[in-house]
Amino acid sequence: MYVLRMVLRNAFRHRLRTLLTIAGLTVAVLAFGLLQTVVGAWFAGAEAASNARLVTRNSISLVFPLPLSYQARIRSVEGVTEVAYSNWFGAVYKEPKNFFAQFAVSPNYLDLYPEFVVPPEQRLAWLRDRKGALVGRQLADEFGFEVGDLLPLQGTIYPGTWEFVVRGIFEGADETKVTRQMLFHWDYLNETLRKTTARRADQVGVYVVGIDSPDNAAAISQRIDAVVANSLAETLTETEQAFQLGFVAMSDQIIGAIRIVSYVVIAIILAVMANTMAMSARERTAEYATLKALGFGPGFIVALILGESLAICAIGGGLGLALTTPAAEMFKAVVGNIFPIFQVSSTTVVLQAAAALTVGVLAAIVPTLQAARVRIVDGLRAIG
Amino acid sequence: MGAPLVEIHHLSKAYRRGEQIVPVLTDITLDIARSDFTALMGPSGSGKSTLLNLIAGIDKPDGGTLKVGGIDITRLSESALADWRAAHVGFIFQFYNLMPVLTALENVELPLLLTGLSRAQRRERAALTLDMVNLSDRLEHYPNELSGGQQQRVAIARAIVSDPMLIVADEPTGDLDRQSAADVLALMQRLNRELGKTIIMVTHDANAARAARAVVHLEKGELIGEPQPQG
Ligand SMILES: Nc1ncnc2c1ncn2[C@@H]1O[C@H](COP(=O)(O)OP(=O)(O)O)[C@@H](O)[C@H]1O
Ligand SMILES: [Mg+2]
Repeated sequence: MYVLRMVLRNAFRHRLRTLLTIAGLTVAVLAFGLLQTVVGAWFAGAEAASNARLVTRNSISLVFPLPLSYQARIRSVEGVTEVAYSNWFGAVYKEPKNFFAQFAVSPNYLDLYPEFVVPPEQRLAWLRDRKGALVGRQLADEFGFEVGDLLPLQGTIYPGTWEFVVRGIFEGADETKVTRQMLFHWDYLNETLRKTTARRADQVGVYVVGIDSPDNAAAISQRIDAVVANSLAETLTETEQAFQLGFVAMSDQIIGAIRIVSYVVIAIILAVMANTMAMSARERTAEYATLKALGFGPGFIVALILGESLAICAIGGGLGLALTTPAAEMFKAVVGNIFPIFQVSSTTVVLQAAAALTVGVLAAIVPTLQAARVRIVDGLRAIG
Repeated sequence: MGAPLVEIHHLSKAYRRGEQIVPVLTDITLDIARSDFTALMGPSGSGKSTLLNLIAGIDKPDGGTLKVGGIDITRLSESALADWRAAHVGFIFQFYNLMPVLTALENVELPLLLTGLSRAQRRERAALTLDMVNLSDRLEHYPNELSGGQQQRVAIARAIVSDPMLIVADEPTGDLDRQSAADVLALMQRLNRELGKTIIMVTHDANAARAARAVVHLEKGELIGEPQPQG
């Protein structure tokens, strides 16, 4: 207790210097946590995606569609239990900034997505209405959509004004599920295209394939791609998770940069902290020499310096940790649309604590070595 | 009393400054008896502090032998020497060298951390010792709340709290006004006479040296004549 008292009083000898260092640590640990959370949020969608579903797309590029006729061929592949399909619609609701995902889907689409829960009567109502749409709970809450509402969209990929009627609202099976999207009938899209641009009709964006077991995903994927090999449009089939990660990977470099920046922030605060500790230790050269003269060993000096460094880092890091979740809430409120899942993960909290601890230990190393190296008589001389 | 407490034979010490070797102490031979109070005098730079540091075991000689209490301390390892100092040597410095973040009581308690005493025992002994130096009304004061003379008395209490056989003082009055210096010297005389402490004090002040029982003169790293008893 005696030593702890000494450590704490030493830590606050230069109150301003210590408070500034603590403030720096708080900001650094907070920034580190937020940046890590951004990285986590980026991958969250893909991580939530399923390994039990396959996505079959045009092997050339996602922007090229596949013929509707493939449904039956894929269905015939061994291990395939269900084949649904969807087209990315990409229309605008009132203003471009109101971005959300819209998919034109086959009637059986929801059978493959047990994570989206629709009340049976709403699902029926949707199936009965050619212009019917289903919206996710998050989307409905954000724009105030209710069952029966008219939902007009301005087409971009598929030009024109499109009108839908909200027939149901689906919930996520649990809190991690993103329900910020809209589904409507592929048939409605297709019928319209037949009248306007016939060459674009009977085309499917991607097939979503249910399989008997995730363990067979690789084999089934190969079989699907083999079945349509040498056709007009060859396919590339992979798990939905791999498909989503492919999307995410497009921005891999940005995410990599954010990740690096998060560690750079810690490196900077380490330099600041090491400087603070080195200054303190240098000013106390004579005190350490006195302690050594009195018979205290190197362990005692190490305890004083390391203890002080850890105490400062614990306070700064603790404040940073405590502020991370509230800051993440605010961050989410501001840019919520980009990251439907923006939560400070326990991994991030552990990383933050580990970063603060590492800074505390590393910052103490050089001053400790310095203090150990100074000969007692030289150290005593340092006072006058 | 038998063998002298401090036995110094042909002790030498030099500093290397680049190519040059600067002798600081040459061929020092000197005995200091138990319960003696010896003043080491000499001009600045004559090697007084160096000799005192060697005797106190915080510096190593280049040659000769140095026994304190029958132990050749030049042969002790770093950590054995630290333990030896903790048990047998009390230090008094010109600038007191108190820990600024510790109260007077805590400063005096500090050396007792290296003993097996309980916290309560430590505090009791520290308080008693501060009483001996007339500071029982300043236990909770920090060094910067005390005058120079008071700080030096705290330092003296710290030097004697673990009951060492030898007390070394390097210019203990060098930073004090006349009155405070006189108080400190009187206190050291009491420690010597009443408690039988062996004291070696470096000073270049003839006034201060008068408090000692014997004076040793150093000049350019060499002893001048025999110790001269006084008083
Ligand atoms: N660390 C050192 N390096 C080089 N020279 C030193 C060192 N310490 C002391 N000296 C030299 O040793 C001589 C004696 O120093 P010191 O014992 O402090 O003298 P005094 O205490 O009598 O004034 C001086 O010339 C001083 O410059
Ligand atoms: Mg000196």
